[in-house]
Amino acid sequence: MKKVIVLLLLAVTGYYLVISFMDLGKYGPVVETGVKDFYLEKTVSELHVANTITSIIVSFRGFDTLGEVTVLFLAATALGGILYKRRHDVGGRSVLFPSSSIVKSGSKLLFPAIILLGAYVFIHGHLSPGGGFQGGAIIATGFLLMLLAYDNFSVSHNVLSFIESFAGIFFVLFGLAGMMMGGTFLENFMPVGKLNDLFSGGIIPIIYILVGLKVAAELTGLIYTVLHEKEN
Amino acid sequence: MAFVILMFFLIALMIGAAIYAIVQKDLLYAVIATGVISLILSALFFLLQAPDVALTEAAIGVALTTIIFIITIRNTVRNEDEFKDKDDIKSAVK
Repeated sequence: MKKVIVLLLLAVTGYYLVISFMDLGKYGPVVETGVKDFYLEKTVSELHVANTITSIIVSFRGFDTLGEVTVLFLAATALGGILYKRRHDVGGRSVLFPSSSIVKSGSKLLFPAIILLGAYVFIHGHLSPGGGFQGGAIIATGFLLMLLAYDNFSVSHNVLSFIESFAGIFFVLFGLAGMMMGGTFLENFMPVGKLNDLFSGGIIPIIYILVGLKVAAELTGLIYTVLHEKEN
Repeated sequence: MAFVILMFFLIALMIGAAIYAIVQKDLLYAVIATGVISLILSALFFLLQAPDVALTEAAIGVALTTIIFIITIRNTVRNEDEFKDKDDIKSAVK
């Protein structure tokens, strides 16, 4: 009986999906002359940003990025909530396997380089490939390396949640500031500078640095919570 | 031409790793194989001129997801056949 219901639901969903995709085909010529030319032109002429993808993600579609960051925040919070009761007491952590001294000194050597690379990626998000999300993920990888190599390495949950809330609040505040200056949410209100300069693009580098810090703190906290789960 | 050959080679490698991940009964090896899929996918994204996506895939797919799966395996069971019944799995996970 269950299988019949599931099949029925799938058939209905599939039917409507096919119908809506059939409709999409009719707008073919419209899509070709859509917003892409507008974005490509405005990116260079108005915002003075070298990376078009960044200008779309942070400026034109900045509200979507806010939603994306919120989804990640909710996922990390839910995981922390589920595993909260099963956490070890402070300091005690079960290790995957004891690491040798080669691994220990190797990861100590690599850790600053990885953090530097992550910071570089999100600070230069408007000039070169990459951005807040990528840089944050790279930084979290560095912390993961240290957490795996050293069983007494720990990060402060208070600092992580402070960085996270700080970055989130300032993201929204910068967006609202654009509204207060008479524009839309996340509208640029700062001087844009010269194309290909580090200090260019108005609020885009600031927003991307905030996103990078937020993602790094969230992913690091997520790994930390999972690693600290009690065995049985 | 060389580009097309390289693409086909990488895609074939990816499909091979995916099949290995399904067939392999030892879950640790299967997880490593999914990590290899992500690594090749990131190279493919780079070749297709999407370096932004390639960076994300390399950091999230190869490092973070794989390690979370490995921690999960450490806390549950390593072999697929180790527990036949649902109750056994429940008692192991708890």
